[in-house]
Amino acid sequence: MKFGTQIFALGLFTFAALVAAGFGVDEPFRQHMWVLFFVLLGFVAILIRNTSFEAAAPIDPSAYMDGPVRYGTIATMFWGVVGMLVGVVIALQLAYPDLNIQPWFNFGRLRPLHTSGVVFAFGGNALLCTSMYVVQRTCRARLFGGDLAWFVFWGYQLFIVMAATGYLLGITESREYAEPEWYVDIWLTIVWVAYLVLFLGTILKRKEPHIYVANWFYLSFIVTIAMLHVINNLSMPASFLGSKSYSAFSGVQDALTQWWYGHNAVGFFLTAGFLGMMYYFVPKQANRPVYSYRLSIVHFWAIIFLYIWAGPHHLHYTALPDWAQTLGMVFSIMLWMPSWGGMINGLMTLSGAWDKLRTDPIIRMMVMAIAFYGMSTFEGPMMSIKTVNSLSHYTDWTIGHVHSGALGWVGMISFGAIYFMVPKLWNRQRLYSLRLVTWHFWLATLGIVVYAAVMWVSGIMQGLMWREYDEQGFLVYSFAETVAAMHPYYVMRAIGGAMYLSGALIMAWNITMTILGYQREEEPLPGSVPALQPAE
Amino acid sequence: MDYNLMREFADSWGLVAMALFFVGAIAFALRPGSRKLADEAARIPLEDE
Repeated sequence: MKFGTQIFALGLFTFAALVAAGFGVDEPFRQHMWVLFFVLLGFVAILIRNTSFEAAAPIDPSAYMDGPVRYGTIATMFWGVVGMLVGVVIALQLAYPDLNIQPWFNFGRLRPLHTSGVVFAFGGNALLCTSMYVVQRTCRARLFGGDLAWFVFWGYQLFIVMAATGYLLGITESREYAEPEWYVDIWLTIVWVAYLVLFLGTILKRKEPHIYVANWFYLSFIVTIAMLHVINNLSMPASFLGSKSYSAFSGVQDALTQWWYGHNAVGFFLTAGFLGMMYYFVPKQANRPVYSYRLSIVHFWAIIFLYIWAGPHHLHYTALPDWAQTLGMVFSIMLWMPSWGGMINGLMTLSGAWDKLRTDPIIRMMVMAIAFYGMSTFEGPMMSIKTVNSLSHYTDWTIGHVHSGALGWVGMISFGAIYFMVPKLWNRQRLYSLRLVTWHFWLATLGIVVYAAVMWVSGIMQGLMWREYDEQGFLVYSFAETVAAMHPYYVMRAIGGAMYLSGALIMAWNITMTILGYQREEEPLPGSVPALQPAE
Repeated sequence: MDYNLMREFADSWGLVAMALFFVGAIAFALRPGSRKLADEAARIPLEDE
């Protein structure tokens, strides 16, 4: 019977969720379990409606398994739009506090929804589906473990739904980028171990003797995130039927554990994973091998060895010992070298094919991503220097920096990869429209420029106002005055974000039409078709 | 095994071991004769689909 075990196991979990909803010791936990109950019930109903008692068609073991990749691509697009929309909403809430709708949609609850939505739901799904796509094609092997890939995909979506609804219900561990409570953390651990088995298993059964460098980056991302997630979330639940837990660490140790996790979530989730994407999709789209393969290996080892130590730069001038702060700063500055080596490697892959920048909007998107990778990995180490940090820390400058990396690097490289994959995954000759890709490119780029520039001005102004003394040694500005001064920048920031979101909406439309099999009748882009030369 | 012992290990033998591993990995990547293998490896994505 098709889905027999799945229906049985899911039914059991559905019942367990119902029991937990009945016996939960606190109201948010009971509500959360009701959410889980209805989500699982929906899953079971869908599986029962799709079951059949005929023998399953035999699987061709030499064909690639692209079902989860297709679902993952759609999920990436969907969560991307949701996460960015929430981002625009909270940007407007900062500018117009009346938009805070109590209690579920206030800034405090929507903010983790935005960060987790874009980092883990959008970025995570992009990594999940591209890693499955890349590992099969560079190992020339079908994904390992049969339906394991489906478990990883759906298990991860369940994690996202539980994390997101938990935030709205007010359930949080208040650890940055790791807000979900203990039971959601345990579920993610199970899914992540399955992901590791899936990825490693595929590498082990490869037919290609060499493991291509993109897979090294993906694997380091999977392994490191597993380690970070487990250690950062070591905690003791107050009750096994409740939504509250207490961290195993306290005080400054807890703070350092959190930023060891937080910074390496940036380093290994948002950097290493997406570098894997760069090392596969840029050569594919440009149709040339990577500029220097040996440089890519040096890039890999240098990133791995340096990134893990940079976390303490988030805790400058705190109770953290001075030597640890300096260590974090020094390693952050050393990161300049591998980051720029990688950027040069990515950009130079196009050497000899620079005309593609003019004719191929997808390449243009990827190049913009690499350029933002270079810019934000220059800005980051600079901000980690203690004297710079004393001005920039806790201000909007940090927010601007994060977004130039997230919107510029992570977003753009994922968009490029999806534009590349979709026609191949659905056997379409080309995208619905290349002109829409150009629109997306300019809306996104201008959106980031507006966003980052506004946050620089606002952040530096904020930092300078905070440290302004008069001649008698009193602070010149109250905190509320600095907030009032930032209002115009908050409005402009929301406009920049809305531009980026509208680019993503255009992409969603373009991708949907491509999947449905339409092709827009349009003039080819200038330069993409060779102009006819008159006979001489 | 207390904090001081681990700290002492971390900034002596641990540091040396990691530095040697790193230098070894880079030296191995750049060893003479690796260029041809690297050029072949770089073509892996282009030879499929």
